Amino acid sequence: MIGLVVNPVAGLGGAVGLKGTDGMVDEALARGAVPRAGERAALAVRALPADVPLATAAGAMGADAVRAAGREPELVVAGGATDTTADDTRRAVAALADAGCELILFAGGDGTARDVCAVIGDRVPALGVPAGVKIQSAAFAESPRRAGELAGAWLTGRRRERPAEVVDLDEDAVPAGRVGPSLYGALRVPLGPGLVASAKSPSHDEDPAAVSGIAARMAERIGDGTAILGPGTTVAAVGRELGLDTTLVGVDLVRAGALVLRDAAERDLLEALDDDGAMIVVTPIGGQGFVLGRGNQQISPAVLGRAGIGRLTVVATPAKLAVLGARPLIVDTGDDATDAELRGWHRLVTGYDEETIYRVE
Amino acid sequence: MSPQFQQARWSEPLLSEIGTPGERGYVPTAPEAEIAAHAPDPLAAIPPAFRRATAPALPQVAQPQLLRHFYRLSQETLGNDVAVDFGLGTCTMKYSPKVNEHLVRMPEVQDLHPAQHEDTVQGILEVLWRLEQMLCAISGLDRFTLQPPSGSAAVYTNASIIRAYHASRGEGEQRDEIVSSVFSHPCDQSGPWSAGFKVVELYPGPNGYPELDALKAALSNRTAGIVITNPEDTGIYNPHIAEFTRLVHEAGGLCVYDQANANGILGIARAREAGFDLCHFNMHKTFSSPHNGMGPAMGASGVKEELARFLPAPVVERRGDRFELDWNRPESIGKIRSFVGNAQIAVRSYAWILALGPDGIREVAETAVLNANYLATRLREVPGMSQPFPTSNTPIEQFRWSLEALREETGVGSADVSRNLADYGYQPVFGSHHPFIVPEPLTPEASESFSKEDIDGWADAMIDIAKRAQTDADDVLEGPYRNACRRIDAAALDDPERWVPSSRAERTKGAVRGD
Repeated sequence: MIGLVVNPVAGLGGAVGLKGTDGMVDEALARGAVPRAGERAALAVRALPADVPLATAAGAMGADAVRAAGREPELVVAGGATDTTADDTRRAVAALADAGCELILFAGGDGTARDVCAVIGDRVPALGVPAGVKIQSAAFAESPRRAGELAGAWLTGRRRERPAEVVDLDEDAVPAGRVGPSLYGALRVPLGPGLVASAKSPSHDEDPAAVSGIAARMAERIGDGTAILGPGTTVAAVGRELGLDTTLVGVDLVRAGALVLRDAAERDLLEALDDDGAMIVVTPIGGQGFVLGRGNQQISPAVLGRAGIGRLTVVATPAKLAVLGARPLIVDTGDDATDAELRGWHRLVTGYDEETIYRVE
Repeated sequence: MSPQFQQARWSEPLLSEIGTPGERGYVPTAPEAEIAAHAPDPLAAIPPAFRRATAPALPQVAQPQLLRHFYRLSQETLGNDVAVDFGLGTCTMKYSPKVNEHLVRMPEVQDLHPAQHEDTVQGILEVLWRLEQMLCAISGLDRFTLQPPSGSAAVYTNASIIRAYHASRGEGEQRDEIVSSVFSHPCDQSGPWSAGFKVVELYPGPNGYPELDALKAALSNRTAGIVITNPEDTGIYNPHIAEFTRLVHEAGGLCVYDQANANGILGIARAREAGFDLCHFNMHKTFSSPHNGMGPAMGASGVKEELARFLPAPVVERRGDRFELDWNRPESIGKIRSFVGNAQIAVRSYAWILALGPDGIREVAETAVLNANYLATRLREVPGMSQPFPTSNTPIEQFRWSLEALREETGVGSADVSRNLADYGYQPVFGSHHPFIVPEPLTPEASESFSKEDIDGWADAMIDIAKRAQTDADDVLEGPYRNACRRIDAAALDDPERWVPSSRAERTKGAVRGD
């Protein structure tokens, strides 16, 4: 059974010139926005095999879209009207997962993906139907129709998945200046070449071979030394390769083959670092190319200074780098001198025996 | 305009699904008793471990049914002889003159065996030797091997020569990095990697080619060399290429020019003057031999005189009026492939070059560049299509475009547009090598073989598809409609676990098959 949940207010802001819909529903409706998420969900449902049983939430949170696609849901859990909140999404997702849905399709944007991820994490496979204003997360198909096709192929095929990062703009963390995304977790999405958008690079999946190559190379380089591991699935793979239970969204410190700090704050890192410093391993999060200063502020100018600023190692799969369209990587640590020192050409680790010369600005 | 083309559509079963047991196309007569008594058992030469216990399930089909089968399949393809093919940009699809097919079907070529004594193959050895002289003149380099059976094999050959060169100077261990660019052909990275190098890649700068400062950041005393395509996949020529080769030489490395597709500079610019020590040509691209569908091709690798001692054995040498195979090459990198090169491809390329002469060769490049640029002026009319790098930076023989704007407006991307070309009788168009740095990429290449009418027709089809996307995106997303086959599920094609490319893979993946 496939579960469908629609965030009816997703995308409302975009059509009327808002950057998102979070906390802006009334404003968007007042400006004349028309809810479209249901329509987009219906497109996905039409692309599903006709005999797949569907479960969904009541009303605008799914059942309306299923019926608009000419289908009748097998199961309807509690839903809501057009002015739903994140809590409504979370409750519906939990109910659908409890009802035994094998895959959750969700129509919305990055905020919706965050809510879905908060409830099911990587327990139940999920896939996003793009309907929001902001689509930075890799958990979305490139179009509603492709979401349906991919879900159908997964259901009738070999059911393989890959982790897909859920990122969202972290507007609170950076009150001024350029807003960058933070990582909120990873959903398990169907593995289907050419279907899932990797942020802005539609034809690309994360390349599992590149991730494992990077992980093996970095584990060799870290060896018995000390290293700060930043957020992201690629860096998380380095932790796994070291045999350590590191975090996906947090910052960790490893030393002599052991996990010394898990999900560390800046102060923890400063206390734990000694005169030998540490290698700092980070990867760009989201499509803008931030490697420092967004979603990993724990790796502060002070931590960089203590660890040894020359020991920053950026890792990225070629597919992830391609998302940037040859634009430079960005550092914005909040300290001009630190940023200036980091700017210039870096040698990125992009595979086991592969490095890429790339500009950081 | 609207789609006019209608392809044949047969419900043709697989060959193994037609025919009946015992059906034969030809029944050979049994050998006469006296011959049978004296002939050795042909199976005796095959080691027992390699003999099958049961006969293979070969198709059993009579000649008329077999002929019909393959004719029908041929009607369901869009080959270069049937359709205008700008599709495989970077691969230089051009007309292969039919007269050259007559040449390779002459008994003097067709009946040759590579194991024949060299006294009996002086003719083909002379062709190989003369072809080598021509390639030396075209590239400015000093010696060539015609042994590699593909462009990738030629890159691997050149990477192996780099390795042998540094080893001969005692720097083999230290110099373990090859620099390449991300817009070079992918084999420029995978070839050196297969030869044991670490690969350091350069990304394009704002003008579409790598910046000198990026190269400087890549170079060190670990640099073994650079393997680079120019113009790169974008079609943009790197104007600083001489500076690139100078810097690599200063760092102690060698420079390899990937000229698989030399259609933009043939007869105009040479590898030697740009400072390169090695290069390769794909004879099945620039020099008109058919690509042969992943089959026998030829990647000719060329080197400067001081590297000739590392070339694979044998090489063809001329001694007086006689042509000989020189196997005595103690510093050779060894064999890349059996024998000395695919003779049919050498004959076609030799005939092609002879027919054109030096002026004609140059005219090929000039016409190809003119065609590509005329196509570009027409493609600027396609709604939602743009050039990803500054338009002042005119590409040469091919162009990389982006349909990002069309995709954002209509949901129709480059793969969709490419598929729909088949409804107009055109082959799908190549997007990009990986990774896709240019979003929604398309890379057409109108080589010298195409007429103005060909180019206009193709451009009109592209414009029509984009306009249809703007008025009825679903119609385009569902296409094509008028072909032998509409859509296939490509997921399995991209799933490495489903592919069994070697017997070792079969042992590890055997369980996957059939599920």
